[in-house]
Amino acid sequence: MMRRAVLFAFIVLVALLPVVLPDSAEFYVTLANYIGLYALVALGLVLLTGVGGLTSFGQAAFVGVGAYATAWLTTAFGWSPWATLAVALAATTVVALFLGFITLRMGGHYLPLGTIAWGISLYFLFGNIEAFGGHTGLGGIPPVSLFGMELKNGREFYYLIWIALLLGVIATQNLLDSRDGRAIRALKGGVVMAEAMGVNTAWYKIVIFTIAAQFACVSGWLYAHLQRFVNPTPFSLTQGIEYLFMAVIGGVGHVWGALLGAGLVTILKQWLQDLLPKLLGQSGNFEVIVFGLVMIFVLHRARDGLWPVLLTRVERLWPALAAGAGGRVADAERLPRREMPQAGETILEVQRVSKRFGGLTANNAVSFTVRAGEVMALIGPNGAGKSTMFNCVSGVNPPTEGEVRFLGQRVDRLAAREIARRGMSRTFQHVRLLPAMSVLDNVAIGAHLRGSRTFIHSSVRLDRDEERRLRFEAARQVERVGLGEHLFDAAGSLPLGKQRIVEIARALAADPCLLLLDEPAAGLRYLEKQALAELLRKLRAEGMGILLVEHDMDFVMGLADRIVVMEFGEKLAEGLPKQIQEDPKVLQAYLGGIE
Amino acid sequence: MSMRPVLLEAKDLSVSYGKVEALHKVGLTIREGEIVTVIGPNGAGKTTLLSCLMGLLPGRGEVSYVGRPLGNDFEVEERVGLGLTLVPEKRELFADMSVADNLLLGAFDRYRRGDRAYRETLAEVYGIFPRLRERAEQTAGTLSGGERQMLAMGRALMAKPKLLMLDEPSLGLAPLIIREIFRTVARLREMGVSVLLVEQNARAALQVADYGYVLETGEVSLEGPSAELANDPRVIEAYLGLGGKH
Amino acid sequence: MDFQIALLLGQDGLTNGAIYALLALALVLVFAVTRVIFIPQGEFVAYGALTLATLQAGQLPATLWLILALGAAVAALDGAQALRHGAARKLPRILALNLAVPLALWFLLASTDLAGLPLVAQVLLALAVVVPLGPMIYRLAYQPIAEAPVLILLIVSVAVHVVLIGLGLLFFGAEGTRTPAFSEGTLELGATTLQYQTLWILAISAILIVALYAFFGRSIYGKALRATALNRTGARLMGISTTMAGKLSFTLAALIGAFSGILISPITTLYYDSGFLIGLKGFVGAIIGGLASYPVAAAGALLVGFLESYSSFYASAFKEVIVFTLIIPVLLWRSLTTHHSEEDE
Repeated sequence: MMRRAVLFAFIVLVALLPVVLPDSAEFYVTLANYIGLYALVALGLVLLTGVGGLTSFGQAAFVGVGAYATAWLTTAFGWSPWATLAVALAATTVVALFLGFITLRMGGHYLPLGTIAWGISLYFLFGNIEAFGGHTGLGGIPPVSLFGMELKNGREFYYLIWIALLLGVIATQNLLDSRDGRAIRALKGGVVMAEAMGVNTAWYKIVIFTIAAQFACVSGWLYAHLQRFVNPTPFSLTQGIEYLFMAVIGGVGHVWGALLGAGLVTILKQWLQDLLPKLLGQSGNFEVIVFGLVMIFVLHRARDGLWPVLLTRVERLWPALAAGAGGRVADAERLPRREMPQAGETILEVQRVSKRFGGLTANNAVSFTVRAGEVMALIGPNGAGKSTMFNCVSGVNPPTEGEVRFLGQRVDRLAAREIARRGMSRTFQHVRLLPAMSVLDNVAIGAHLRGSRTFIHSSVRLDRDEERRLRFEAARQVERVGLGEHLFDAAGSLPLGKQRIVEIARALAADPCLLLLDEPAAGLRYLEKQALAELLRKLRAEGMGILLVEHDMDFVMGLADRIVVMEFGEKLAEGLPKQIQEDPKVLQAYLGGIE
Repeated sequence: MSMRPVLLEAKDLSVSYGKVEALHKVGLTIREGEIVTVIGPNGAGKTTLLSCLMGLLPGRGEVSYVGRPLGNDFEVEERVGLGLTLVPEKRELFADMSVADNLLLGAFDRYRRGDRAYRETLAEVYGIFPRLRERAEQTAGTLSGGERQMLAMGRALMAKPKLLMLDEPSLGLAPLIIREIFRTVARLREMGVSVLLVEQNARAALQVADYGYVLETGEVSLEGPSAELANDPRVIEAYLGLGGKH
Repeated sequence: MDFQIALLLGQDGLTNGAIYALLALALVLVFAVTRVIFIPQGEFVAYGALTLATLQAGQLPATLWLILALGAAVAALDGAQALRHGAARKLPRILALNLAVPLALWFLLASTDLAGLPLVAQVLLALAVVVPLGPMIYRLAYQPIAEAPVLILLIVSVAVHVVLIGLGLLFFGAEGTRTPAFSEGTLELGATTLQYQTLWILAISAILIVALYAFFGRSIYGKALRATALNRTGARLMGISTTMAGKLSFTLAALIGAFSGILISPITTLYYDSGFLIGLKGFVGAIIGGLASYPVAAAGALLVGFLESYSSFYASAFKEVIVFTLIIPVLLWRSLTTHHSEEDE
């Protein structure tokens, strides 16, 4: 609640600023206008870099697209500025989708390199097209009219800028606090997991890149109508770099960091541009030296930027401001469930699956089946190829040869997220949670495919009903695996054993009919293991098929209906637990010996 | 049995990943010319122990090596210079480089310090693993699993270590190869190299080692001369898994 | 375009392409070993040329003050760290390398008639001033966060780039410079005329490329750098320190950058900020090689050189646009042929 009060106070302050500043302080209005324009661009970078783990140096070029589109269309063709905004956004979207498509499927550093090239190309293009006035630029841009009122001076325009910025902030916050927001937050460090939960990560990367470009475009459109004149200089690569500096210095993971960074850098730049030439006895853009050094320092010492540092300081002084760690999950209507196959029906058929890495054969012609309503265990010594088999089945790392059929259809050539959509869900041997996110949010990623609202819905809060149902479902699964007390704890703060259980809850949130569990009992205490076994028995009774890799033999023998033993990537034996325990080949494999 | 001098000793060694403790107050002694094995189930903290001793992970507690303290400020590279080497579970070979170059780089630290006798060591390593000499010009990535393990061990030996740490050398290898690898481990002791052997293949490890530790959930649950451990019903019951049906 | 002009443009393209190829090789090397996308590579081109020009004017170059300052900073950091770890034995080496060597260089430069020296000596002195910046920058900007994600390292690179640009303006002013050619004159070769400097550039580029090839293929340090690029953990376990590898690769990159600048400054006027675009053209080449393949990167860089030269004839205003738009089909082709999802950078 205190946070809301502070936010409200900030909005009032923003609203009153042009009213209370005297005419002699016009400079500060101009400064505030620029801060607003820059913050809007930096906000896009928060979404792209801080949340999504991607980056762009070409944002200034998108600002330029917005500015030049309106400058040209209004002066040469007499279009209304509002119509040009639509055209500018459309052009930006096309460019962003194209650049995103060609760079985002490769490593993370191709996007920034691509945007550097794009930034340079566009800058030279602006400067060399005659219709755009070359390096001199275009003047005489008409003012924007709003409800019949022409926004001619800086004070009037101020409101347009800051309303646009605040709307951007709110939309971004809404987006991050939604089903899409969770998927976007998973882009940084959780791509494999998210794909296995059905998230199309490549698409989300393109989406956030496009949104960031659109924010920049709007900023450029506003800039053109504020200045009523454009030339190529403000859209150069140098400015694109400065936008990134703003976001990083302010706090690239936080929407308010964008405002803080834009404010700090803009004010500091003004001050340094006065001070440094006097100090050095030469004129020139020497402030970049300071900015560069500050950037290096921030990235060494406070990689998350100044906003979180500031927040901790303030919260220490004024504890009432700290957001409570707890929360509440409202009851909601249950999500619809998938139709389960009949118990005993074969749901997974693995036929002569082989997987080779270079010269190494990790799996060699392995076959087995899993039926609905049974626990099938895959056991074998370390390095026998069990986890590789899991990756083949779930599409995380498809097989080199052989067939995998799930619910009667071939899936061995499908992407992990397509297999997930068909009702297979898994956990990972090396826990893949997003450690800073709450247990609830982590589990809710599992239910990703059970929601359908788009990011446009979420940014204007039209997703609330669905979101309540998703959260309720996630909370239910967390309760079910016995971690209800940790609902709002950061997932990374739990002991490793419990993190594995969170993974099971996440898999269950997908409402699967086949569950793949990779060493779920590792790191659990005796009682916890018993509870886990109890849960798995219950799921089996509900008709779920479970494929289990586990090293704890007591756990496996007490639970599994059938067992497949693997060694050196091949199937060594298959049978009922009792048969396996007495199989001499298995004993040899397990007990080893060099004689 | 005559007590040889202590080469490496760890006392109350703990290692944490963030808030999660993977190793809790582990004590371990390795004497010169001795093979010590650490066995235990998956996730017991065996690899963590080796990583900490090699300086890849910081730990709390005391480690001393040839009587001198070996703190966290000793980087991996410095430890190599002191005579510690690790053959990791993943082997970590230079896949696109030839077998000969991989071996040569094993002696990088010696070369850097001006020791040019590594050529003789290369001959010794080829003597131990004749297969590597046949494959000298092949790239490491094209080797079979067993040959990779030989190359990883050979490369580590090029540094002329006092203590060779092996992480799961039998992992994913066929029985015949495992036998060869363990025979080599036994030979190293005769050459004066101490070995710290981490293994899942408990029986094989206990057969070759002088002394053993059983690690469970990050703590040492049992220790003793290997022959005693191999016959200890608790080891068979707790670690070898398949219960008393044996 | 007649044959004469085509030959002339081809000659230009080949010369520039050779320089871009050198830079592309350095970029691939630095990225492979340290995962740093070395945006400031181009600044070394400008610093090298402008430092040489200052020496030839008989003045002390301001880059000298920069290595004194950075050297002092490195000495302070490394010294403090050594003392904290109780390794005082390392101090003499740290002080000698970072303080004594730059100071000695200062005295040498201050006591010599710089303008009167033969060109070879001037070039060597310019390199002695500029090249140490490479490992020093690695130590100060990158080494403390050597394990950070590629993205963070890239942002640091951009920060280092703007710092060096700002300092370049401060040190050398906004005026551009040309240095005299290694040897004046031209060579008549059939239908075309070659400047001797062009021959110098081609010959020295070729020699440098062969030398690098030998370094990586034959010397144990070169192999150690390749090993670090292939497998950092494996390399560390062999005692190949990541820090040593990082500094060595930055030294090579600085050497290649500064020397490239010295090679082309007789044929192009270089300004304090000219290096950036030159370096980026090397990058386009490096990206064509996927930041991984040395031969493809060098070939790509040559392609950039030719493209630039011929487009300057047909559409000189759009030269840069055309060169940097080349990256789009390249990225498209790479994107359609690369099949892996990058996990958790």
